[in-house]
Amino acid sequence: MKPGLIIRLVVLALLVAFIVTPESFAWVFQPLTKNGQPAIYVQNSLLNLTVSHLTIVAIATIASTLLAVGLAILVTRPFGAEFLPLSRSLANIGQTFPPVAVLALAVPVLGFGTAPTLVALFLYGLLPIFENALTGLTTLPPAVTEAARGVGMTDRQRLLGVELPLATPVILAGIRLSVVISVATATIGSTVAASTLGEVIIAGLLSNNLAFIAQGGLVVGVMAVLIYDALSALERALMARTGQRRQHA
Amino acid sequence: MIEIEALTKDYLELTVVDHVGLTVADGEIAVIVGTSGSGKTTLLRMINRLIEPTSGTVKIDGQDTRDVPAFELRRRIGYAIQGHGLFPHRTVGQNIATVPTLLGWDKGKIAARVDELLELFQLPAAEFRDRMPSELSGGQQQRVGVARALAAEPKLLLMDEPFGALDPIIRAKAQSDLLAIQKRFGTTIVLVTHDMEEAIHLGSRIAVMDKGKLLQYAPPDEIIARPATPFVAELIGTGERPFRLLSLGKVRDLVESGPAQGEPISADASLRDAYAECLWTGREMLPVVDADGASIGRIRRDDIAHKAERPQ
Ligand SMILES: Nc1ncnc2c1ncn2[C@@H]1O[C@H](COP(=O)(O)OP(=O)(O)O)[C@@H](O)[C@H]1O
Ligand SMILES: [Mg+2]
Repeated sequence: MKPGLIIRLVVLALLVAFIVTPESFAWVFQPLTKNGQPAIYVQNSLLNLTVSHLTIVAIATIASTLLAVGLAILVTRPFGAEFLPLSRSLANIGQTFPPVAVLALAVPVLGFGTAPTLVALFLYGLLPIFENALTGLTTLPPAVTEAARGVGMTDRQRLLGVELPLATPVILAGIRLSVVISVATATIGSTVAASTLGEVIIAGLLSNNLAFIAQGGLVVGVMAVLIYDALSALERALMARTGQRRQHA
Repeated sequence: MIEIEALTKDYLELTVVDHVGLTVADGEIAVIVGTSGSGKTTLLRMINRLIEPTSGTVKIDGQDTRDVPAFELRRRIGYAIQGHGLFPHRTVGQNIATVPTLLGWDKGKIAARVDELLELFQLPAAEFRDRMPSELSGGQQQRVGVARALAAEPKLLLMDEPFGALDPIIRAKAQSDLLAIQKRFGTTIVLVTHDMEEAIHLGSRIAVMDKGKLLQYAPPDEIIARPATPFVAELIGTGERPFRLLSLGKVRDLVESGPAQGEPISADASLRDAYAECLWTGREMLPVVDADGASIGRIRRDDIAHKAERPQ
């Protein structure tokens, strides 16, 4: 086994152990408390919060992936070509919006709870995926797309058999960006009463308990890094399998 | 048979292919030659409707190509391009199987055809079938590209500068392989190149294009002997004409009985090679052997030189 893989597995094991039995790590966070504050957040199970956090991220990401890839497919077909420049600039403008702003705008419409968080993550997650799907579908090697037409594939066969498979690694890079942003942004969701790991951090901020802030932040941060890492590995594997070289960071 | 009539392609004001008419008989190799931007690729792609003509008609075996859905038409016509365009995410075997799969051949027949083609292109099937295109050399990729184009046994094969990316030695080999395969299957070929040498070597007829117009369409010896316009003459290269003529002839055509000294030459070598050999070794005549190495006579330098004169 490579050292990098061992480190990742150890980190993952520690993360899972902490989420399942946070009390056994109380000694780690004790030094951060003062005046006899509790070292571990116990109002809600950390496991439940993590599962809820990840579920919200997963639902939002799957929804944004479906819509973003669908839109990218539409605007890269001949009949949708008119909308390509427009949708490209919309995607660019959209990405200059901070995620918090999206969340703030969603609350008045949807009220408090999980819904505005889901919507904010969904909307914000659309942009990197759309952008990458566009790049993936418009920068295919010209000789390959021409050959696909030349051998007599129908539009549908070309899309499913050639264009999407070749664009998948680039699309996956967009999903990776989107997931990482979502894992972080879901934290803010707690301010509008979504059940996420942000709850731990906010509890820490309200009671001035550095230990809570640290454990909430650590869990979110480590999850983001591990997910980013795993998706990068998947991309590299796909790139290698499709015989392509890496085009995007 | 392909019949092209008054075929025209306009892009806005620009006429890229201008009323081109030509006929390619079954089993012929028609080579379209011309400078870059003369409309060769556009003309070729209008045959399988990768580009829709502005006006004019293309008929294949009497049928107007517009009477068939474009994707069906293309499945019947082999298509090989420069840079091969292999699908990078599919194995060599899957690439070759593309058109038979689209046509719904059964698995056993497809597998047999893939292996047959790989062997034909000197790529041992067991070794190459499951490799990815990125694991092949440029020459091997190009062969797989041609094998893919031939997989469904098309009667017609279109090739756009298929050897353009190959180095000279591999290129010469690819050209002679193509000629051998064409002979074996009797495929009708339309091939685009900007290289007159390649056109003369491969073509049974050569179509010279300039600025979208077809200047001349004739067998190579006639193009060399009687270029229709100064542009055609220039494309052939005035200083090259006698040697281009010689490259069309085979030693077999001029062989006579009698002895000669020194290293023999093959009856299938070109007259150009034989003449070069005479000059280089300072010999008046060369012994000639057939493919088995058996002596079949000799060839004289003066006879070869005579063949290089402008035909009447
Ligand atoms: N889609 C297009 N729109 C406008 N002009 C084009 C298009 N495709 C080709 N052309 C022009 O048509 C001319 C002929 O192109 P092409 O057939 O590719 O030439 P060749 O293959 O002989 O180099 C060129 O001047 C090229 O710029
Ligand atoms: Mg061209």
